[in-house]
Order: sequence, then C-alpha cells, then structure tokens
Amino acid sequence: MANNDYENKPLNTEDIDEKRIAREDFVSEDRSDALDDEARIKVLSPTMLVMKRFFRNKLAIAGLIIIASMFLFSFVGGLISPYGEKQTFFKEEEMMKDYASGSFNREYKFDFKTEMDFSTDARAKFVLALNQGNTTFENGDESYFIESVSDKYHRISKLAPVAENVLRIGDDLIYSPVNDYEFTEELENAIIDTMKQHKNHFAFDGRTYVISSQGRMSAISVADDVAIASMMVYDAYDKDTSFNYEFKKNAETAFNTEEADTFTANGVTYRFEKIADSKNIEYIIYKVDDGGEKEYALASNFIVTPSMQDMFLDIEFKKALKEAALAKDKTFTAKNEQGEDTEFTIYPKDNEYQVKNMQITKVLKSYERPSMKHWLGTDRNGMDLLTRLMYGGRVSLIIGFIVITIEIIIGVILGGVAGYFSGWIDNLIMRIVDIFNCIPSLPLIIIIGSVMDQRKVPNDERIMWLMVIMGILGWPGIARMVRGQILSLREQEFMIAAEATGLTPTRRIFKHLVPNVIPQLIVLATMGLGGIILTESTLSFLGIGVKFPYASWGNIINDVSEIHVLKNYWFVWIPAGFLILITVMGFNFIGDGLRDAFDPKMKR
Amino acid sequence: MWKFILKRVLLSIFILLFVTLIIYTIMRFIPTSYVDAMAREMSMKPGALSFQDLRKQLNSVYGLDDPVLIGYFKWLSHAIRGNFGDTWYYTGTVTKKFADVIWNSFFLGAVAFFFQIIIAIPLGILSARKQYSKTDYAVTVVALIGISLPTFFFATLLKLVLSVKLGWLDLYGSVGKFHNQLSTWGKFMDIISHNLMPIMTLVIVNIGSLMRYTRTNMLEVLNADYIRTARAKGLSESKVINKHAFRNTLIPIVTILGGTIPGLFSGAMITETLFKIEGIGRISYDAMVHGDIPFTMFYLSFLAMLTLLGTLIADIMYAIVDPRVRIS
Repeated sequence: MANNDYENKPLNTEDIDEKRIAREDFVSEDRSDALDDEARIKVLSPTMLVMKRFFRNKLAIAGLIIIASMFLFSFVGGLISPYGEKQTFFKEEEMMKDYASGSFNREYKFDFKTEMDFSTDARAKFVLALNQGNTTFENGDESYFIESVSDKYHRISKLAPVAENVLRIGDDLIYSPVNDYEFTEELENAIIDTMKQHKNHFAFDGRTYVISSQGRMSAISVADDVAIASMMVYDAYDKDTSFNYEFKKNAETAFNTEEADTFTANGVTYRFEKIADSKNIEYIIYKVDDGGEKEYALASNFIVTPSMQDMFLDIEFKKALKEAALAKDKTFTAKNEQGEDTEFTIYPKDNEYQVKNMQITKVLKSYERPSMKHWLGTDRNGMDLLTRLMYGGRVSLIIGFIVITIEIIIGVILGGVAGYFSGWIDNLIMRIVDIFNCIPSLPLIIIIGSVMDQRKVPNDERIMWLMVIMGILGWPGIARMVRGQILSLREQEFMIAAEATGLTPTRRIFKHLVPNVIPQLIVLATMGLGGIILTESTLSFLGIGVKFPYASWGNIINDVSEIHVLKNYWFVWIPAGFLILITVMGFNFIGDGLRDAFDPKMKR
Repeated sequence: MWKFILKRVLLSIFILLFVTLIIYTIMRFIPTSYVDAMAREMSMKPGALSFQDLRKQLNSVYGLDDPVLIGYFKWLSHAIRGNFGDTWYYTGTVTKKFADVIWNSFFLGAVAFFFQIIIAIPLGILSARKQYSKTDYAVTVVALIGISLPTFFFATLLKLVLSVKLGWLDLYGSVGKFHNQLSTWGKFMDIISHNLMPIMTLVIVNIGSLMRYTRTNMLEVLNADYIRTARAKGLSESKVINKHAFRNTLIPIVTILGGTIPGLFSGAMITETLFKIEGIGRISYDAMVHGDIPFTMFYLSFLAMLTLLGTLIADIMYAIVDPRVRIS
C-alpha cells in the first residue's frame, strides 16, 4: 500500500502532526524509500488526503457500503421489482360458504294480477281473516272475498257491489241494482237458489257472485279474481322461465279439481303429473306443444333460495336437497352452478336447511410467509413486503435529505450571520437558537399530526408538512456549530484580506467563511441524517408520520402492534427494523469516519 | 460566581417565556374547528362538563377568544399559579394527573440512568485505554448500534425474545395482574420483572452517546502532557489511569450527567407507550393523540422547562469546575 500523504509537506504544524500519525499507524511500512523517491515527492491535494484517511477507516468503509447498497436497494430496487408500491395480492382460498337454504314452506305465496289490487296490507288481512274463519275481509275501501278451494289454496277476489237491499220472499226477489247492473232472470234464479241453500256464493256465467248479509237484508256483489294464495312453490326447469298469475291460477285450479291432467294458460297447454307420497305432494308440469312434451315446472312444498342473488339453482339440486332434508342426511351430492358434482353439507336449523359447500373465494394474501414469489412474504394488506421496503427506503431517504437540507440552509444562514457580526445580532440569533432548542419537537409533531388526522389532510401533503416541521425544529445544532467555527475563522488573516479587497459582508460570509465550515457541516449532516430517519420512522411507527398507502420503514413495523403479528410473523417487522438500524448506523459510521478524516487531531 | 448564576437563571426565564409563547401560539393556530370538535367530543363523555361550560372554561384559562398576546398572558397568569385547567382526556385537573404519574416515570428513568452510568463509563474508559484494539472497535460498534437502534424496534425485539419466545416476562404493564395478592417480596419481584424490559430498552438505546463521550474525553486526557509526565515519573499504569486520568475525565462527564438529571422527569414516551407503563410520557402521548389541549400545553411547557433546567445545571457545573467559563 502506497502511503504517500505525509510527503505533502508545506511547513504547517497540522501536517507535521499528520505525518507523525501516519508513521505511528504504519510502523511496519517499508522504509527503504529514499528521500528523492518519486513516490515520496508526489503531492496530494487536501481532498485526496481526507479521502485517503477516510478509506483507511474500516468502519467508515462499512458505512459507505451500507448506505450505497441502501440507495441501490431503494431507488434501483423499486424499479427492478416486478410489483408496485401499492399493489395488493389476492389468493384463492377454499372456504365453507353459504350456497343455498331450503325449507318446507309454511307460508302462503301470493300471486296477483297487479300490485295495486293486492297490497302487502291486504295480504296480512287475508291471513288474519283466514285464521278467524271469515270469508270476507276489508282493506281500505275495498272488500275482498276468500274462496278456499283447499286448505292450501285460496282464491281471493275483489268485490264490486251489484245489488243492495236484497230480500227474498219465497221465490221472489226484491233488490235495487247498483250502477244499473243488468240482472237476467237466470241470474235472479241462481240467487234465489243460493239463498235457499244458505250458501254465500255461487258461480254464474263464468263469474262468482257473493251474497253478504246486512241485517235482514243482503247485498250481492260480483267477485273479480285478483289473487291466489297457495302453499305451492313453483320451480322452473329453465333459467329464463318465470311464472305469472294466470299460469299459477290455472295450474292450481287444475290440481285441485283433478278433472283433467291438462290446463292452458297464456295460450299454451300444459300437462301435469302428480307424485304423491305420505308426506308431500309434488306436481311435475310439462309444456305441451307440437314437438311433444317438455318438463317445464315443478310445484312442491319445498322452497329453496340461493344465497347469492341471480344464481339459478336447478331442479335436480332442489330435489336432492329436499330428499336429503327428508331423510335427515348431513351431506348430499348434487351438481353446482357450473354443473360439477359437488358435495354439499346441510346445517339444519329449526325448519330451515342451510346448505354450504367448499367454494373458491378471492381473499387478500395477508401475512403470507416468504416464498419464491414474495421473498419476504406479504403484509396485512396483501402487499409484497420486499417491494414495500424498497419504496419505504425511498421515502425515508428522501425525507432525510430534504429535512437536512432545510436544516442546513437555515442553520448556515443564521449561524453564519451570528458568527460574523457578533454583538447584538449574535446575541439575538443565539437566543433564538436557545428558544428553538427548547421546543420539544417530538410532542409538537405528534400534536400537529393529530390535528392533521382530524382535518383529514391528504397523505402526500402530510409528508410535506412533516418535512417542513422537522426541518424548522432541527436547525439550532447546525447554527451553533457554524457560528462557533466562524467566530474563530473570522480572526484569521484571509478575512482581513477579504475585507481589504472590499468584499460585501454577504460575500465574505458565504464565499469565504462558510466554505471553510463545510467539513464540519458534512459531518454534522451525515450524523443528522441518521437522526432524522430515526425520528421519521418513530413517527410513522406511531401512525403520525408517513401513512398508508405510502410505505415507510416505520409504518411497515406498525403492523406489530397487533400481538398475533408479533407472535407469528417475524418477517413482517424484523427486516424493516433491521433496515432502519443499519441505515442509521451506516450514516453514523460515515459521519464518524469523516470527522476523523477531516480532523486527524481529534482521533488521537 | 453568584452573578454568573443569576445571569444564567434570568436568561433561562426569559427563554422560557418565549418558548411558552411560541407553544401557545402554535396551539392557538390549531384551527378552532379542531378545538371545538375536540371539546364537543369531550363533553359527550359521561360526567363531563357541557360543551358551553367547557368552552367557557377554556376561554377563561386559555384566553381563546382574545388576541394571541393577551391570551398568552392570561394563560401565563394561570400557569404561574399552577392552574393549567382540567384535562379533557382524563379526569380532574392537569396537575393532579401529572402528580399521579410523574414518579413512575422518574423511577424508571433513574434506574435506567444508573445502569447507563455504571455500564457506559467503564466501557468508554476501557476503549480509550486500548485505542484501536479489538475491544475499542467492539465498544465503538456497540455504542453506534445503540445510537442507531430505533427504540420501538428494540423494545419489540425484547418482547419477542423475552416474553413471546421464552415466556419469562409479561408483554406489558408496570405490575402483574395479581400484584395486590402477592407478599411484599413477591410485589418487589413483580415490579422488577415488569420494569426489566423498559429499563433494558432505555439503557441500550441511550448508552451509546455516553460511552462515546467518555471515550473521547478519556482519549483527550490520556494525550495530555501531565499524563506523559506522570508516566515519565515512573508511576504505575493503574495509578496513572485511576488517579490522574480518570479524575480529569470525570469533570466533563459529571457536568453532562448533571445536565441530564432534569430529563429524567420528562418521561420516555415511546418506551412507556410500548410497555404500557403509566408514566408522564405515555399519559401525554395519549393526551396529545386525543387532542387534549390543556394537557399538551402543560406537557410542552414542562419539557421546555426541563431542557432549560438541564442546560442551566450543566452551565453552572461547568462554571464551578472550570473557572475560565465564568470570566468570558
């Protein structure tokens, strides 16, 4: 190793010192060089001297390597990484999820011509009337008539009065028609017959008439079918099939009358088949057209609802579920929506049968262990941790540099002015320094952060404020150092020369004094960078500094405040903490090395 | 000497006035909407004053409706008499809450401070005596690691190792669940085991700077001429180190340490928060996060006062030790 720096020898005590140190440090150095050896005469610039001394320091080299790799990691790594800062990852997971639920129907299903004719209120009143055994009920201004075809099928009609004050005397009928309703002789006879039999309704000419008694007199109304109430549940074989009022009404009528096994509705002919056993009755309805018969609908007392809207469950599934429910099975196999055979599990609850199966769902890949795809695993939000660390490093380093720049600018200007002018200006500035030194910065940043939280300041603006506040609170140390140095520097001859050439004070301070402080400034700045990164990460850890979705080493560790993360997922927070530690340490090593290199006397 | 002290004290009071003025101004610049929102939130709590009363109380203590300067003097006149108002986040007055928790913080800080001293000073002296040896490098690296360690990271590491993996200590709390049922000795051990991790954290994180300061000073002393003279006289190395070097090293160290004593009252915000210890640091942190302005004002002024007191003590001690300071 060439060790030439002590040959740079103007007659200066500092350099003689330097020479001695170098000799002491390298006793084993080859001493055969003659005085006129070319290598010994080589002159090194002061910068080179500093560099040489710096590179001789192992710790400083270590620091330099750490910081260089941190920069590579954060700035280049972010570019190389295939993932983005805010990219979240999902995985598909098999989970027991609700698929459908089935139950034996115990409630009436209503079908009606239009909503207007039969409102929800009317439905409730119908059920009430039915339970009380009434055949008529009122809702609002309308009165309704219930015709119970069977105990599970009722026809509901709206009544329109046709005659009032009806009185039967023998075979004669006295009445006053309403709205000039036309009464034929056959109709009158039908009324008389009905009244004789003490029935309250009859069918005539395709319409149903209802006789209601009003004291001694009676009233006659004509009933218009508006709705049916049935316990039957209709399921379609085809996804696009829906059943209207007329279809259901005609079907029900056909089921109950059992005169024929066909009926027509909406101009189409249907045929049905009854399947009955001890417990329940089902009807399979076929659509009959020129091409023959096709399964069209299934009417049963078992109701199946899918857990998701717009999911179609086919008849086979429903049948399978019903059989399983009747047999009290725990599981059954049926085709799922995609037509694959799937095993379903039944969870019976009261009258209901919850059906669940294993389904594939998309979930956030949170806290995934390190793998080839994610070298350091993923965090709570399913983001790639390695990538987050890279971007977090960017944020930390950028914040560090910006804050230190602000501090240096303020510190150099104020420190320089104070040191140069002395007197009352110096006094004033130093008191300001004292004041700022006393302001507790961490608590102040915390309270300002909490105000920003409450005011919902956007995240990027927040980072900016954070930097400004840290910069404004951090400069006193630099100002003090600059002032101290300048106080001694300004007494030197070169300043007298500068004054003699008539330079302005500004030029004298910033061109001639400040450059002489740069070594100390660099040392202070390097060490300060470490401190700023520490403060920033602490604030981010507390949730006051850099906030999600922006990454920062501090807020990555923040996940650990949940105990289960601390216990189970070391990869979430240890790497981030380690990066903070070695980065700050790297800056401190460099700062230390630089100080020793700039000022070799200190090292002794 | 007395003149010097008086001068420094007056200067400190002057600075304190300005610092509190700045703190007050910053608090005043917090938007009123925030203050109102917070006051409203506080008034919702059971047993709290009504919103109007709270606002009125704030006005009387903090002079919120007056111009900044007048408001400041209004606040100051109350503060000097020790009236900092009621806390919003806790119950009772600010000063009562402060009195409840301050000693927890002080004891934690004092024990940590003691360990710092008995670890850092011998190690610093050792590394100075064996400059550039492996020991020196090891001490330097350990010191720098201590300086560079984020408190929260080290505390979490301790938790992981000592309580999660080994299960020796509780994760947090200053005493255990069954503290009151223990015997005297049990209580004592309970307190020790619960404060072990916080103290370790504080010691490790703060040890670095003291260690390096000791080393630098010891190196300076060891290179002084009187040490060379002592050695030339033929004194034994232990005598040189213990009698001549060590005593002289102690002068700046004791000065610095004297200056840090008031800091023991300031509380370790992060450590206390992480280990859920009821100290001034954690209490203030919670108060600040929840926008408890009266408590925050108090805590900030208190911290400023402690900093000033520390500098004052260091200055005075310096002047006692080194008469040259008094003259300049």
